[in-house]
Amino acid sequence: MAGIPHDHYEPRSGGEKWLYRRLPIAGLLYDTLMIPTPKNLNWMWIWGIVLTFCLALQIVTGIVLAMHYTPQVDLAFASVEHIMRNVNGGYMIRYLHQNGASLFFIAVYLHIFRGLYYGSYKAPREVTWIIGMLIYLAMMATAFMGYVLPWGQMSFWGATVITGLFGAIPGVGESIQTWLLGGPAVDNATLNRFFSLHYLLPFVIAALVAVHIWAFHTTGNNNPTGVEVRRGSKEEARRDTLPFWPYFVMKDLFALAVILAVFFAIVGFMPNYLGHPDNYIPANPLATPAHIVPEWYFLPFYAILRAFTADVWVVIAVEWLTFGIIDAKFFGVLAMFGAIAVMALAPWLDTSSVRSGRYRPMFKWWFALLCLNFVVLMWVGAMPAEEPYATISLIASAYWFAYFLIILPLLGVIEKPLPQPATIEDDFNAHYSPSTGGAPVAAE
Amino acid sequence: MIRKITLAAVACLGLSGGLAVAAAGDFVPHTTDVAFSFEGPFGTFDRNQLQRGLQVYTEVCSACHGLQHVAIRSLSDAGGPQLPEDQVRAYAEQFDIFDPALDDTRPRTPNDHFPESGMPNAPDLSLMAKARAGFHGPYGTGINQLFRGIGGAEHIYSILTGYTGEEKEEAGTLFYENTAFSTGWIAMPPPMADGQVEFADGHDNSLESMALDVSAFLMWAAEPKMMARKQSGFVAVAFLSVLAVLLYLTNKRIWANVKGNRRHA
Repeated sequence: MAGIPHDHYEPRSGGEKWLYRRLPIAGLLYDTLMIPTPKNLNWMWIWGIVLTFCLALQIVTGIVLAMHYTPQVDLAFASVEHIMRNVNGGYMIRYLHQNGASLFFIAVYLHIFRGLYYGSYKAPREVTWIIGMLIYLAMMATAFMGYVLPWGQMSFWGATVITGLFGAIPGVGESIQTWLLGGPAVDNATLNRFFSLHYLLPFVIAALVAVHIWAFHTTGNNNPTGVEVRRGSKEEARRDTLPFWPYFVMKDLFALAVILAVFFAIVGFMPNYLGHPDNYIPANPLATPAHIVPEWYFLPFYAILRAFTADVWVVIAVEWLTFGIIDAKFFGVLAMFGAIAVMALAPWLDTSSVRSGRYRPMFKWWFALLCLNFVVLMWVGAMPAEEPYATISLIASAYWFAYFLIILPLLGVIEKPLPQPATIEDDFNAHYSPSTGGAPVAAE
Repeated sequence: MIRKITLAAVACLGLSGGLAVAAAGDFVPHTTDVAFSFEGPFGTFDRNQLQRGLQVYTEVCSACHGLQHVAIRSLSDAGGPQLPEDQVRAYAEQFDIFDPALDDTRPRTPNDHFPESGMPNAPDLSLMAKARAGFHGPYGTGINQLFRGIGGAEHIYSILTGYTGEEKEEAGTLFYENTAFSTGWIAMPPPMADGQVEFADGHDNSLESMALDVSAFLMWAAEPKMMARKQSGFVAVAFLSVLAVLLYLTNKRIWANVKGNRRHA
């Protein structure tokens, strides 16, 4: 591993040496925990720990829920009520799992937007970024299938709408949809396979998380300045970094405790705040709800899906050029997945030589607009498909693509970046002047 | 930066919650806000009210509706109507149930659930107080549900007291005008009138009072563990707040000699 130079684990006692020759696991744990971390990380670097916690929370509560849940169309809804009413602490486990999904997505969006602002996706961290995008996709699939399991009205109709997206693929779409559902419509076979996959995917995510961590432990963390840690010698590296334990473990745990206090207030006092009331009505294939709304964390991409209707000129042009193969419905599906694809391609679309948005005066504004745009997309995603929401969602969707496909490549050429600090140490000392006392550099 | 993103996150929460309601055509159903005892982080069910609500449910609603997810034994649970066990047993025996093992009907025991709906058009009421609009606060007011509850009980109360007396016939079905129902016209005839139920303790039995009692009872039926949940929430928040303070101090101490602007660690 290229890594930042630092002291590695040395087995000392006889027992440690014995184990080390057979399995260097203590060394792996030591190097992971003591990894040199840029000492100027700000509070936006805590979301990784929050996300890891969320994954663990969802797996633990999910395993317990699976002990009491029945994936059968006539019993699923009642089995969830059984958990809520009869299982010891079941109401708490279920609400933790339900709201845990929301915490997971709040954290992942902040984590992603942190990466977009500080240029964490840029070389040499492209692989970390791509794996992160895969994790995000797997999270969306897991959350979607999990929402189907209580077998309420929104579960059923959400599943119908979303699997219908695959039906929009020209030619093979209907076959794919049937294959996904296990039949012509959302039914028992669908519920069974969604349950199976909802149990499987979190472990795939866990494996991807391990690779994600491996990747950025190889390149080292990015940091708010985007300036790399000096790697000439251990001494140089030491002036820019601090070991992860205890400095960042304690910082992250403090942040996690604050976030969990808010989280438990929501779970304890308004656990259904982020849910939809219709999902407390058992699934009924004969009664379509007035508004089929996905969970809040899907709303931005749901808005992009719905934005490209048949009367938009781009859609008309594409349909004409492809002899009708790409119709409005398929265009919407391509746009939704494309919205994530262009984000995944950010490392190659961003041409700026400066990593951190902190030193990019023009980028800052476009990025702020992107954040606002994301909120607007989330809002219109929850609104009915009518004016003025249709126009707003079209403009907001267009900006999403323009940001990645036009603005990022152009800014790198036309923008004049501000001067960056020479080293992380300089940046850190500018905030915490060593002249006021205390040790000037990293604690030894 | 942090502030910007935090603001954005808060805005997302507010928007996704608060604005999801609205838009249902020109008719806007009216939900009356009621200050129920179980609202807010420290709100609790009023045991006497739940017992009266049970009586109203049994004498009025259960003629057509059911409570299939609610076990009769839970009437004696803590945080509920808390009927004595002998009364729960006597209550259960009023209703017969078909027992496949006997191949015959038998009286229910406390371990059985409430009967299901007797009419195909009458929805089950087990979760009615969580399954109807008002989730985002009675007026779509988002975060308000922290203090005003989820609004489901208000919805039921508003339906029961929302009849105007107007009727119309459509495709052979009689509809009754109701200011709280989503479309303004409901198929359920006005179920209750003043003085319909006599309470043993002579409690007020006006329509409004009975509607309040049965709405509270149905909120309990939908969320029987509400009080235990709030208690767990309070304990968790208190514990995590103390932990956060300790971690803050620990973190500050650890970083003191690195940041060099505080006392030595």
